[in-house]
Amino acid sequence: MTERIMTGLIENAAQLFLLLALAPLVTGVIRTLKARLQTRRGPGIIQPYRDLRKLFRKGMVIPETASWIFAATPWVVFFSTLLAGLMIPMVAAEAPLGLFGGVLAVIYLLGLGRFFLALSGLDSGSSFGGLGSSREMTISALAEPAMMLAIFTVAIGAGSTGLTEIAGAAIGQNWRFLAPAQMFAFAALALVLIAETGRIPVDNPDTHLELTMIHEAMILEYSGPYLALIEWAASIKQLVLMTLLINCFWPIGLQPTWFGCGALQGIGWLLAKLLLLSCAIVLLETVNAKMRLFRVPELLAVAFTLGSLALVSTFLF
Amino acid sequence: MIADLYLSGIVVWLAGAVASLALWRQPAAARRVACGAALAGSLLDLAGSAASIFSGGPTAIGLPFGNPVFVWAVRLDPLSAYFNVTLAVLAAAVSLYSFGYLREMEGRRNLGAFGFFFNLLLLSLALVFTASNAFFFLVAWEVMALSSFILISFEHEKEKTRKAGMLFLIMSHAGTGLLLIAFLVLASAGGSLDFSSFHLLASRMAPLAQGTVFLLFLFGFGVKTGLVPLHIWLPEAHPVAPSNVSALMSGIVIKTGIYGMARVFFDFYGAPPIWMGTVVLGLGVASALLGVLYALMEHDLKRLLAWHSIENIGIILMGFGAALMFRSLGQPNLAALALIAGLYHTFNHAMFKGLLFLGAGSVVQATHTRNMEKMGGLIRRMPMTALCFLVGAVAISGLPPLNGFVSEWLTYQALLAGFGTTQSLTRLMFPIAGSLLALTAALAAACFVKAFAIPFLALPRGAEAAEAREASLPMRAGMAVLAVGCVALGLGATWFVRVFDPITQQALGVRPSSALVMARGWALLPGTAHGGTISTAGIALLFLFAGAAFALPLAMRWRRRSVTGPSWDCGLPGLTADNEYTATAFSKPLRMIFSALYRPRREIQAEYEVSPHYPSAIRFENEIEPAFEKHLYGPLWERIMAAANRMKGIQAGSINLYLTYIFITLILLLLFGVRG
Repeated sequence: MTERIMTGLIENAAQLFLLLALAPLVTGVIRTLKARLQTRRGPGIIQPYRDLRKLFRKGMVIPETASWIFAATPWVVFFSTLLAGLMIPMVAAEAPLGLFGGVLAVIYLLGLGRFFLALSGLDSGSSFGGLGSSREMTISALAEPAMMLAIFTVAIGAGSTGLTEIAGAAIGQNWRFLAPAQMFAFAALALVLIAETGRIPVDNPDTHLELTMIHEAMILEYSGPYLALIEWAASIKQLVLMTLLINCFWPIGLQPTWFGCGALQGIGWLLAKLLLLSCAIVLLETVNAKMRLFRVPELLAVAFTLGSLALVSTFLF
Repeated sequence: MIADLYLSGIVVWLAGAVASLALWRQPAAARRVACGAALAGSLLDLAGSAASIFSGGPTAIGLPFGNPVFVWAVRLDPLSAYFNVTLAVLAAAVSLYSFGYLREMEGRRNLGAFGFFFNLLLLSLALVFTASNAFFFLVAWEVMALSSFILISFEHEKEKTRKAGMLFLIMSHAGTGLLLIAFLVLASAGGSLDFSSFHLLASRMAPLAQGTVFLLFLFGFGVKTGLVPLHIWLPEAHPVAPSNVSALMSGIVIKTGIYGMARVFFDFYGAPPIWMGTVVLGLGVASALLGVLYALMEHDLKRLLAWHSIENIGIILMGFGAALMFRSLGQPNLAALALIAGLYHTFNHAMFKGLLFLGAGSVVQATHTRNMEKMGGLIRRMPMTALCFLVGAVAISGLPPLNGFVSEWLTYQALLAGFGTTQSLTRLMFPIAGSLLALTAALAAACFVKAFAIPFLALPRGAEAAEAREASLPMRAGMAVLAVGCVALGLGATWFVRVFDPITQQALGVRPSSALVMARGWALLPGTAHGGTISTAGIALLFLFAGAAFALPLAMRWRRRSVTGPSWDCGLPGLTADNEYTATAFSKPLRMIFSALYRPRREIQAEYEVSPHYPSAIRFENEIEPAFEKHLYGPLWERIMAAANRMKGIQAGSINLYLTYIFITLILLLLFGVRG
């Protein structure tokens, strides 16, 4: 028993470290690749680390209209995202915190963070914050049914909403992602991922153009360490969703456990798959322009249709 | 012992009702007696029904004396006891709250009458949940309807309140009419009005009669629950009542319909045909989605909460519908899971909706308005109310680790497992219902960001909000009880599921709780072949640990480096309440996206004096179309009025004519009697 607890602790600590360390890197890689594709030099892939270090050292300005919600939000967002991150399989097929929740818990924990972020957007009284909160909650609500349909499809295939079981069912069938149901579900989840992580064409993570921003508008009043926590959490959320996508559909390289030299191999596979997905995201962001806000529901309706197709395909093919 | 506790609760409520009526000239005494009796009765009822759940079997509760006036048939079986516990916990918190809440009405309103009907309502609710005879059930049902009607119309000097009360009364009686027919059909088939003779009776009837009785019960109880499309009275009646009554109405009175459905579907029916479950699941999805969509458009805080009751009834019925379908498909374990999901959500909704209505009551009492657009910044003036309301908002949005998440998770698991139970196309209903549940939950979260942030955060938008005062101690205590309930039902999920064993044993013959709990009571699992697991207690512990170990020390350190300043607001100086985002603005994107449903109408009128570029006043009006009132009830109302007009002819006012009618009726009855 104590041995199981010990191994559990080690697994959790390792995945925690990986999440914290890798997330800014993914953001940096995406930014650099995007810059290169647009024939700019870009700030370099370790810029997000530098940003975080700088922000953690700075002081903060707290709006005088804000309440304790404003101070609690960065922590709630940060911890709920990390907790969600521990519930997904990254290197080993068994999620370290799989007992505490499966894919539904991951979605709802991210929802908890978003709920508080939206509250803090309205807390300062600035109308930009309210604008961001309103749009974020709208878009995430519309993304939800498509996400749930895709996840139902995957979970039906695996017979479980436990991510350990989902990844486990996919192991050994490295080419299963070519099945029509899997392809449709993947496409649906990929669209949801774009909407949830605030990427083009739904939102532009690089803009502070006042009237088009969504996520950035909510956190406009944050500064210093609190801003760092929120930015860090945002990149961890992006990493979590990307990992979820690749490991549910393409589990190649997932190791049976965290122990032994297989772990290094697993990390290598993870990095390679993340790089591939990042390239796809960069390509999508570069060839598309940001959509008008009221075109986004159409995009999410496409995602919902894809999800429904995925579901129907599970028993047609 | 159980019977003694239960009966003493009834007696205390009765005594409280009579005593507070007798004390109507001394408002302070009437208030104390009414609330004290309500509280004591609730605690006694809680003790009795909790003991009954753990004793397992049904307890018949007789009176030690006969009486010629009414039938007394009361039986406390696990299902009744479960709803009684829900009632008792909510009623205890509301009574505690009422000690403070009613103080403001002293001298202005007749608190003696209020106390009478308040205690009578609790008494009739307990009897509705335990009646074991159709006649006695309907009597208790009517007493409940009439006392709720009077409590709803308590502030009767307002035209709107009177209209809402009448609408409630009419719809409620239409529902009772349907129930009466249904019970009579059952009684004529079974030869007795006793519930025990109805057991599995409905399934032995001919398919047509079976289906008709089912629909009569569904719509008869559906009126009371606010099932779409029978919901139109609910968002009118719940908000106009005093807030402690609103909490009871939304928390438990609408659950009498849920209780009735549970009793009929899982006691009177055996394995039903599959279409019945499909209808319930479909109506549940429709109620959930429409409820939350209309809630989003409200900026009246209490109306918003009332619409959410319709949404949550929908979620409960999704569980019930799935349970019925699993029963038809011969899957008792899955049926038990879905039934547990529905019943769990029933209790949860009583806790968080009661809490939210009590919170709204404190806010309305402090700001003298129900319009959110005139509130704001209350978190500083009313910190405790704000915290309790936040707990309720997180719980109702289904976010971990609170109770709403647990029951929604169970519902998802039941729906997910449903896909594999049949090969027909019906199975597509399960994942589609699941994805629409996801949409509902996410929209509810959006709605509660609005419902918490607009009244409680940022700057006050009105003078009264700026002067608001925190609720009194008993009011805060009442809210705190329910907030603790929300947390406990969330974190203690693995402990709480054991309560359902006697209920599922009685209804479906299975005891699933040992299959639902694993890892020494830390994690909950759905008990299906390879279900996922969830541990709300674990999530909460990790949050607490991380908060204590990292957040607090770091926040302390960072506070030395932080300064307070005006909101940056993109560099615009001078933030005022007029700049703030409003509730209407917050839901504007959804109003545009779902405009096909809302058909919003907007009117802007500007008045000019010199040039159209310098308007002197602008009037803005914005409303959405009430689809059901316009397209369903409007035409129905016209038909009824037209029919009534045509029937005016036979009611000419002449006494000779009426005597003829009586004579003809008598002859017909005699003929009928002779032939029969």
